[in-house]
Formats: sequence, C-alpha cells, structure tokens
Amino acid sequence: MNEILNYDLVVIGGGPAGMAAALSAKDNGVPEENIIVLERDVRLGGILEQCIHTGFGLTYFGEELSGPEYADRFVKLMDETKIAVKLNTMVLNITKENQVIATNKEDGLITINAKAIILAMGCRERPRGALDIAGTRPAGVMSAGQAQKFVNIDGYMPGHECVILGSGDIGLIMARRMTLEGAKVKVVCEVMPYSGGLQRNIVQCLDDFDIPLRLSCTVIKIHGLDRVEGVTIANVDDKMLPIPGTEEYIPCDTVLLSVGLIPENELSKQIDLDMDMVTRGPKVDEMRETSQPGVFACGNVLQVHDLVDFVTQESQIAGKGAAQYISGLRHGDVIKTRGQNGVRYTVPQSINLDEQEDVKIYFRVGSVYHDKRVVVTCGDKVLLNRKKIKLAPGEMENVIIKAKDIAEMTKDQEIVISIEEA
Amino acid sequence: MVYDIAVIGAGVVGTQIARNLSKYDLKVALLEKESDIASGTTKANSGIVHAGFDCQTGTRMAELNVKGCRMMEEVATTLHVPYEKNGSLVVAFSEEEMATIQDLYMRGIANGLTKDELKIIEREELVEMEPNIADEAYGALYAPTAGIVSPYELAIAAAECAIGNGVEFLRKFNVGGIVYEDGNFILGAKDGRVIRAKIIVNSAGIFASYLLENFNGEKFKVIPRKGEYGLLDRSVYPLVTHTIFQCPTEMGKGILVAPTTHHNIFVGPTSLDQNDNMEGKHDVSVRDGALRTTYAEAQKSVPSVSPRDQITSFAGLRAHWIEHDFYIAPAKTNKYMINLIGIESPGLAASPAIAECVENMVLDTLDTKPAKKAEWNPSRKAPVFFRTMSPEERAELIAKDPAYSRIVCRCETVTEGEIRDAIRAPGGAIDLDGVKRRTRAGMGRCQGGFCGSKVMEILAEELDQPINEITKFGRHSDIIYERTK
Repeated sequence: MNEILNYDLVVIGGGPAGMAAALSAKDNGVPEENIIVLERDVRLGGILEQCIHTGFGLTYFGEELSGPEYADRFVKLMDETKIAVKLNTMVLNITKENQVIATNKEDGLITINAKAIILAMGCRERPRGALDIAGTRPAGVMSAGQAQKFVNIDGYMPGHECVILGSGDIGLIMARRMTLEGAKVKVVCEVMPYSGGLQRNIVQCLDDFDIPLRLSCTVIKIHGLDRVEGVTIANVDDKMLPIPGTEEYIPCDTVLLSVGLIPENELSKQIDLDMDMVTRGPKVDEMRETSQPGVFACGNVLQVHDLVDFVTQESQIAGKGAAQYISGLRHGDVIKTRGQNGVRYTVPQSINLDEQEDVKIYFRVGSVYHDKRVVVTCGDKVLLNRKKIKLAPGEMENVIIKAKDIAEMTKDQEIVISIEEA
Repeated sequence: MVYDIAVIGAGVVGTQIARNLSKYDLKVALLEKESDIASGTTKANSGIVHAGFDCQTGTRMAELNVKGCRMMEEVATTLHVPYEKNGSLVVAFSEEEMATIQDLYMRGIANGLTKDELKIIEREELVEMEPNIADEAYGALYAPTAGIVSPYELAIAAAECAIGNGVEFLRKFNVGGIVYEDGNFILGAKDGRVIRAKIIVNSAGIFASYLLENFNGEKFKVIPRKGEYGLLDRSVYPLVTHTIFQCPTEMGKGILVAPTTHHNIFVGPTSLDQNDNMEGKHDVSVRDGALRTTYAEAQKSVPSVSPRDQITSFAGLRAHWIEHDFYIAPAKTNKYMINLIGIESPGLAASPAIAECVENMVLDTLDTKPAKKAEWNPSRKAPVFFRTMSPEERAELIAKDPAYSRIVCRCETVTEGEIRDAIRAPGGAIDLDGVKRRTRAGMGRCQGGFCGSKVMEILAEELDQPINEITKFGRHSDIIYERTK
C-alpha cells in the first residue's frame, strides 16, 4: 500500500506558482518525466479558478485575462509535457531528507524521495477568530475567499446584505461580485488609514458601484443568534482602538472578512526552515532556495503577492534554481539583504556572491509615502537612488541589483533598502 | 409514546445519566432542544477535571467533585474520549499568597483528598514543571490527579453509548410545557411533538430551574454566569502543560492558562453575571475589550501568552445557583421529577459521579427494580483520529477504506472517512458544528476557511439534503442561500 516513488523534483501545490516552477525546471534541464506536481484540489490552477474577474496577465502576457484563463495557459503547457500531476493529493509531511509523504484516494499513502522540493502551497485567509471582534458567533461570517468560492464555483449566494471588513484585494473584488449578483454591500471598513488593496480595485470595485469605503474604521461587534443580524462599526484611533461615541449599528446578514493572507507554511515548519517573521514565509536566496539545501519556495507561500504575474516570474526563478541544484550546482557565501526606514521586508533575504545575473529584490513599505526616494546601499556604496511619487503597503515594489555590483560585494556586507526624504 | 424516563438536556451530565440508565430494561428518551449533543454549557467549557480542593467542605459539590475526578479516567478511557491526567497548579505570586495556598491544601484534605493527591511546591520545582511561568511566581499547590477531558467529546461519546444501548435521542425537542396527569408526565415540544414519561430527569443546564419553576412554582435563583475564552493555535504547545490557576484573591479566582486535550492553549474564563431572563440565558456573546484584559491577566502567570496566537474566541454560560452548590433532588410536589440545579464548575469533573447519583435516585424512585440488560455495551465504536496515527496505522486504515486517504481539513488533518463516520454515528452530526466537535474539522488555525464547503458537501450527500439546507448549528443558522442568478 505504501508506495515509494523517486523523482528529481517534487512540486507541492499546483496553482500558478507550482505550475510555473515545474515548467521552468523542465525548461532548465530537469527531465520532464522526473518532475511531479502534487495538488490538493480537484484540478490544477489553485485559487485562480475562483477568480473569474479580469486583471490577470497584464504584466506577464501583456493582455487582460480572467483567473481561469490565466491558469488555463499554464495548464495547457503542463498538458503538453510528461510532468506527472497528482490531483486530490494532500502532502502530510516532508522530511529533512527531502522525502515527501502524501495521500490520496487512488494511491493511498505515497512516499516520494526527491532530489529537490519546491514549496508552492500558497496562502490562506486570516479568520475572524484571530481578530478581537466581540459579539456572537452566528452563521454568515466568512472570509471573502470562501464567499468567492460559494458564488463562483458552487453557484450559491452566501448572503444578501453584506458588510465587508478589510479592504484587501479579495474584499474589494467580492464587494463588486456580490453587488453584481444582486446583494447589497453596505460598507467596506478598513481599520488602517489606507486600503491594503490595489488602487485600480478601489476604483473599479467600489467607486464604480457607489460602495462606501470607510478608512480607520472597524467592526467591533457582531450581532445575531443564528445568522448575522447586524454589526456595530466604529472609528479607530491611531492605536487602532475604537473611539467611544463613534459606534454605528448596521443591519446586515453577512460579514465578509478580507483581513490579511497568511502563507501556508505548516510543512515548512516541519523541517525547521528559517522563517522571516514579517513575510511569514521561509527566508530564501535569489534562486528562492530556503535554509534547507534543495528545498525551494515561491509564490504566496513565500510572500503574499499582489499580482499573479509576479508569482509566475518568481516561480520560474525557483524552477531554474531547483534545476541547477539537481544538476549539482552549489553556492558559497551569501550577502544578506534587509529593509529599514519604512521598508518592512525584502525578498530574497540573501544573494549568493557567485551570482552572475542581475537580481530583483522585492519589498513592501509599512505605510503610505508621497514624494520620497528609494535608496539601496551596500556598505558605503549607493547602488540606487530613485525618486518615487507614491509608495503604499498594498503595492509590492522592487529594485534591481546589478550583477557587476554583486561581483564587488563581500559576505560581511549587507544590502539595505530604505525610504529617504526626497 | 410513553417512556419510563425522559432525560431533558444532552449536555455532559444528561448524556452520562442516559448512558447509566441504558444499563437497565427501561425505555429512556434523551431530549435536546438544539440540533446536537453538547450544544449548551458543555461546548464552552474549560475541560478541566478539577481535583476537588476548591469547593467548600461539606457541600454536595465537594463530595461529587472529589468522587467524579477519581472516576473520570475510567469513564473517558472506556468511551474513547481524549483525557489526560496533566495535573493542576494554583500559582502564588507572593509569600502572603502562600498562606492561601496552605488554606486550599487544608480544604482539599478536608474534602477527602489524600496527601498523594495534593502537594505544596516551591518555586524551583514549579519552574521545572512549567519553564514559562512568570518570574514573580513564588510557589504553587500541585494536584497531580487533576486532569483535562474534552467536554463535548465526552458528552457525544456518552450519548453514542446510550443510543447504542437503546436510548432514543430526540433532537430539536425544545420542552415547552410539562404537566403531570394520570401517573405520567406529558412533555410538549415547541414544535408540537408530545411524549409521555413516568420519570423526568431535568438536566437542562441553565434552563433547569426555569423548567422546574414552570412546572410547580418552585423557585431557585440561578444566574447565567458568562465566561469568555481565547483559544490559541496548537503550535503554541507546550507553552504550559499543566492547568495553571492563579491564587484566588479578593478580586476573584483569576484567569487560567491551560492546555486542552488536543493541545490548544486557552486563556480565560472571565466571569460576568447576566440577567436571569431569557435574553441572559441565551447571550453567549464576547464583550468588546474583554479579551484584552483577559490576556493581560493571563500574562501575570505566563508572560509570553499572546493574543497574536489566537485562533478563536467564544463564551459560555454556567448555571450559577446563588447558594453555590449542586442541588440534585426531586421536585417538592412530585418525586418523579428529578432536578439538577446549579451544575456549574466543577460540574464536568463531577459529571460521572452526578450520573451515578441520579441513576441511584431513579432506581430508588421506581416501584419495581428494573432488570439489567444482559448485553450492555459500556463503550461505543472508537472514533478514528487520523492526525495522531502512526504511518503504519494510517496505511492499514486506508487499505480498509480509501475515504481515510482524502484529507478534508488541512489544519487538523481530518479525513473524509472521519467526517462520514461522525455523521453516521448514533446521534451523529447533522450540521457543520456537529462535525467540528466530533472530528475537529474546522477547529484549526483557518477555522473552516478551507474545509467548510467540503464538509457541507459531505453532509449534504450523507443526509441527502440540498447543500443550501446545511446549517452551521441548526435553527436558522443557514450558511448559504439560493442559487446565484
């Protein structure tokens, strides 16, 4: 019953990250019959399958696609290869010996010995329980992604009168989606003084439908015994505590939560990967290799992205890195990267000093900035000093470190990205 | 339908009473107003099997607590219910508080605990047992026989055992009125169903005093006392391994930091008296800001406990009789109605002893002693817990039924097979929360975000219902409505 398989590369997750990584590994020399992708859902594509709105692919394909269309391009490419795919398959464990233990109905328990593993498990939504919302626990409180699945995949209405807490992209998208399906979205509350979503989504999903967005405002209490009957919302101060006297009762039957995404790193923790406390993903080098040799990570399991296009690009790097690792390439010393002065995190967290190509470092800022400079330094040397009109936590930024600069770096130095006055 | 006995309330007490009575040739009905077992006080309980040193000496509470604690391990083991004798610690934060610890010790001995069951320990030993305890911790009262049990799983297991032995489980039977006529009680449910019974066991929790008063006017002042909890991710374990109480002060009993049998850590409960009316008896809302102060208080014992690790919060109600004792007695006007009033903490710990006590009262009440069933099964079918199985056990299980190879709940590693078992069990789950309590699907860090709709699909299939009729916990707790346009 306990089948043992051998593959050069096991990719955990068959969403956009996993597919791009597997294809890139093949393109970079891993024999395609030696690659396997394990996907827990009934089909490849991951969360894109329920994202039926458009806006995907503008960067990568130069055209505007829906989520399923974007996924389909990669599914077709996968179909043209001999890359093995196991659907409905959940990975239970990975080991420090790069062994993957998974289970599905067809095969039962499977053990796979791998030369390299790519973690592409994506992320999950923060639930209500993680927030300090008082009140009852009726039906009708769900994450925006759950509601999206009910509407777009299952074809059922999860509610008729909604309040949305959190202005992350999924929350904004669902405000529009519920409205189009005939529900009334009464308000979107955002506890921060700015939205965590993309500007284009605020315009296209809220403004175009006259849905109010209330900043520095949160749901403080949920009412209703069986199903949600209403919520109390209130403005918050700069410590994000509710301001007495600003409470307002809003009748509704549904509360959708879009209050943050958490990289799904339970497997990463099983093998004690070095984790980044800010991204909540593993720390990686520029090839997206984690602290365990031969284990790579890409996509939302590494850092929550705004655009799937960037997920694809990042995953192609991880696929290439895994291919190089499988072919025997090993690196030496690294230089660390970090953010300061408003830069919350950097990915990758380190760069191999033997890197021959330019490296793109992604980062996010901690609050909204206008007319500042992004400055990248290494030791005394300023690598980049670029003016930015606007920086916001909802938009991932990047800078490119030139190969010729990397060639001059030493392991005792660090690459620092900061926000400075213009 | 005339039953010999109708047990009202399928909480941890009512279900164990039903189980004990199922040993005899008696027709027993177990009535529950909600859609599932363990839907009231039992589901929002700390899960602590108190050793019995805390109750006032000489009370019924003290007697049944000490006895119940000694019975719990066997009951839980027999019924395949998660139980752990993890021991409890009452932590003192000053030399003065050690005097209170000494008093508690003496009270425990007076309550019948032996010197093996209670021990006063110094800081050094305390730190060895709980390395994350606060620097200010001075010493503690250690009760090695105190334990933890999963309260709702105990109730579910006892009910499954009872039903397996012939007890009839009537769910959504919300007793509206009770009258006594021609040697029978007539119990009317609010939905119109009517049953008759020769004896009533009124174990309706916070509603027990209400039912009694409506029957014959007997009054008990029972206050719904709210307790709010924060529940933390399993990854925090072993932050603490024992149940950590704070030394009681004039301000109250303090906040606990303790593990559950599934190794979540919880903080709480708070203590808030609500109005003794229907609104107060139903209000299980968590107050705004209540958890902020709860964590602050909990950090007094364990400084590193943090709301950042919280996965859910909830509140429960305990039936606080102002006399602060268990009242277990027949109605003054009718010896055939046995009432259980004020079953609050340590009611869970005492529950096996309460059940035995009520069983004997029922036997004494009956004119002719019933025969014991020749083939009474003290247990139930052991549930599968895939998550805690070894790879060999998993392989063996999957070989028998591939449904156990499909993981439905990622966070708690719950398989489709376990969910189907939970629905098919006697008195099985009919809604999302019912599946959650039996299998833990949806109890993890994503709180059902991933598995919720998958569990609904399985429920719909097993119960042959449209998926949009599957509820969270019965009544009008609909999760989804009509089809999209």
